[in-house]
Order: sequence, then structure tokens, then C-alpha cells
Amino acid sequence: MSEPELKRTPLHAAHLAAGARMAGFAGYDMPIQYPDGVMKEHAWTRTSAGLFDVSHMGQARILGADATSAFEGVTPGDFAALKPGRQKYSVLLNDTGGILDDLMAARPDDQGLFIVVNGACKDADFRFLDAQLSGDARLVRIEDHALLALQGPEAAAVLAAHVPAASGMAFMDSAALTGFGGVDLIVSRSGYTGEDGFEISLPAAEAPRVWAALLADERVRPIGLGARDSLRLEAGLPLYGHDVDPSVSPIEAGLAFALSPSRRRRGDFPGAARILAEVSGAPTRARIALKVLEGAPAREGAVIVDADGAEVGVVTSGGFSPSLGVPIAIGFAPPALCAPGQRLGVVVRGRTWPVETTDLPFVPHRYVRRP
Amino acid sequence: MRFTKDHEWVALEGDIATVGITAYAAEQLGDVVYVETPEPGRALKAGEGMAVVESVKAASDVYAPLSGEVVEANGDLTGAPETVNAEPEAGGWFARVRIADRAEYDALMDRAAYDAFLETL
Repeated sequence: MSEPELKRTPLHAAHLAAGARMAGFAGYDMPIQYPDGVMKEHAWTRTSAGLFDVSHMGQARILGADATSAFEGVTPGDFAALKPGRQKYSVLLNDTGGILDDLMAARPDDQGLFIVVNGACKDADFRFLDAQLSGDARLVRIEDHALLALQGPEAAAVLAAHVPAASGMAFMDSAALTGFGGVDLIVSRSGYTGEDGFEISLPAAEAPRVWAALLADERVRPIGLGARDSLRLEAGLPLYGHDVDPSVSPIEAGLAFALSPSRRRRGDFPGAARILAEVSGAPTRARIALKVLEGAPAREGAVIVDADGAEVGVVTSGGFSPSLGVPIAIGFAPPALCAPGQRLGVVVRGRTWPVETTDLPFVPHRYVRRP
Repeated sequence: MRFTKDHEWVALEGDIATVGITAYAAEQLGDVVYVETPEPGRALKAGEGMAVVESVKAASDVYAPLSGEVVEANGDLTGAPETVNAEPEAGGWFARVRIADRAEYDALMDRAAYDAFLETL
């Protein structure tokens, strides 16, 4: 059996020209790191502005008079209350309250919802939505657009030079704007790093010029998926397929905020029986955050043990934190063990290393919220 | 200095071989954040895992280029794993091994052969 050929984003040639190390991710040939390397790219994003090509992610519109009510049929969010110009994090739920994918859904304009889903899940998500959306709601895939993320403390100042209206946006705002000399954009003030920043959807044909225009600013450097992963782990943001999968509920995953109060009262979302029971009782497992006090990085699959060496949980994402200078990890464990300040252990290659439970995020978020 | 196709280097003095990973390997790994070196006294067989080197993203095995007994591990790498990137073929050494069979060393690639091998990658 031969490997299916990897797809390319509209910026593939730009990544090669920049000397990126490429690898397959979500079916695309993606930049893992540029010549700077993961540590420098990570630090650059935390101190200046990092530019990410995330065009592998799935973009679509949900259109029709029933768009928001139909979307509520597969999510636990109150999308009827989502105001124009705002965006909301949510999850697609299966019948047992497990998470099929996590996503952003926005109302940048008056054309229904604009959604962005994970690249690895997008084909399955879109088939699911095609089958599940009721009434006159319909899914329209956006195949001819790229998606860029500009993240970091200098992101707003950099983008203002090209898209002046973006300056007035706050965290989780979404807007249809024009910039970079007349290009139609959908801009949201959000991201996957914990920093202030923007995600920008734009026509694929314009992507190389816009990418180059942003990189022409000396405050901006290109950042690969390696640093994207270490940045999101420090920010405590889950990675679908690792920290979250169809067996995991939003409550177990520490994503209770995705459950809108009005939907919780109505209990009218898939898997409500399980999810509401977990809200009022206690789930059997919860999100745990660990700082490794000494020893090797604990990566996905590493067993978490108590002081007696008994297995109590598992790491779902782990690695080295460039900002903190120590290994960090998130995983699942019984809720009683997840409170911060407890000593546990992680087993790496047969050796148990001491860890301490901590709060999330590991590194404080620096979102720019509306005053 | 001799080299393996797994990108380890060996420098031999008497019957003591100093072992590390090559500049090429260090560059491929990226920023090294953790190194697990073998315990002194451990008997190594050529080709078996003798150490683990970890970057931000992943853990990689380092294989014993030849058989012998570990006589010293580079303890400096515990506190300064970045030495593997800064000086892969000097201060970033992993372990010293008392070799059992000089013929194993002679069979490894010399610098010219290793450079030619890198050209094929």
C-alpha cells in the first residue's frame, strides 16, 4: 500500500524557500520548524510576533435561516445568542456526549456561521454536519481559502499597518474586513498560543503575497507546527486526537465553559444525560496538569502514579516547556488528584520521576479583552 | 574518529572509546532538552540502545556503536543538555566505553566515508 500523496497549502513553496523542515500532518506537507528551530520560534512568539500557516484546517459556512438552531443540534453552545462580530469556542458532540472535534464558530457578518475545524478531522466533521444539519441549514465548505495565524505581543501593532480596522477588535471578536490592498478577509482575534493575536482567512491566491507582506515586518518570523504544539501546551489548550477524542466529554476535558448556561438548563444537546450527570456529580476522570520536578519529559502515553507507585492516570500531551525550562504535561486522572500542589510520579522508560500537579494554563494567557 | 549510519561518533584512545552523536544528528534533532546517559558498569552490545536524547518535540534512541563496558557517563549533560547542540562532537559526548573488540571500531566508517554517506541522505 502506498502512502496517499500529501496535500499542499497555498504557502508550500514559501515554506520550502524559507528552509523549513517539512513533514506530513493532517494529510498536508507542513512546516514543522524553520531554521530558527522550535526553542527560538517559541520564544519569538512569546516576545514579538509569530506567523503560522494553518491552511490545513477546515473552513466552512453554515448557511440558511435555521443555521444557528441546526448547529445547536450538534453542539452545547448558545449560538442563537452569538452576536454579530463575535466568535465562540465549541465542540461537536456524539450521542454519548463524546467530542467529535473542537472548533471555532463565528458570526463575522450576516451570512450564517463561519466555522474552523481541525485539519485531521475536517472531512469527517463535514460529512457529519452534512448529515446532521436540519431544516434549511446547509454546510458550504470553503476550499479556496488559506488560514494564517499571527500571534504574540506585537501581533496587533503589525496587523494594524495592513488591516487598520483589526485594532478595534477584542479577544474572540470576528469580522469581515478588507486589508493588504483590497483583499477580503475574515479576521478573528484568537489563536492557539495563549498570546494575543489574530487568525486570518483569505483567498488562497492572495496568501503568498500577504504572507510575504507580514514577514517583511522585522517583528514577524515564521513559526512551524513544532512550536505551535509547545505554545498551545503551555497555554493549556487541548489537542484533538491526543487530549480529546470521541470517548471524552467536555466536562472530563476541562472544557465545561463550552457548555452554555442556557443549553445546560434546557439539556437539549447530544449526550446531555451523561454530561449533566458529570456536571452535578463528578466525572471518573478529569484534566490533570503536571510539572516535572526532575527527570525526563513525560510524553503522551506515560503512566501517572501515586506515592505508592499505583497507576492513577495517563499523560495525553507532554513535552518540554521552553518558557518554564522544565517538562510539562497534561493528562487524565481521578478528579481528587487533579487539585494543584500534589506530588505524584510519571513513569518514563521504566523510571518514575517526581511531578507536581499545577493549575492551567502553565503560562498565563495574554488575551486582549474588551474593557 | 569513526562514525555509524545511525549518526554516532567514536573516538578511540587505547581501549577507551568516547561516544557521542554527530553534528548532523544534533542538527536534525533540534534543541536538545534532556539526555539519558548509560550507567557506568553497564555492559553494552553493539547496536543496542545505550542512551536517549530528547528534543522539545520527541525522544530518540542513541545506539551503542560498539560493544564494551561503560566506564563513565557525561554528567554535565544533565544540567546542560544544550551542549549536545553546541559541541556535538566534543563537549557533548555521552559516554566512555572500554571496548571489547578493536575490530568493531575498525569496521566503522571514517570521516570521508561518513561524509559520503550523508550525501546520499
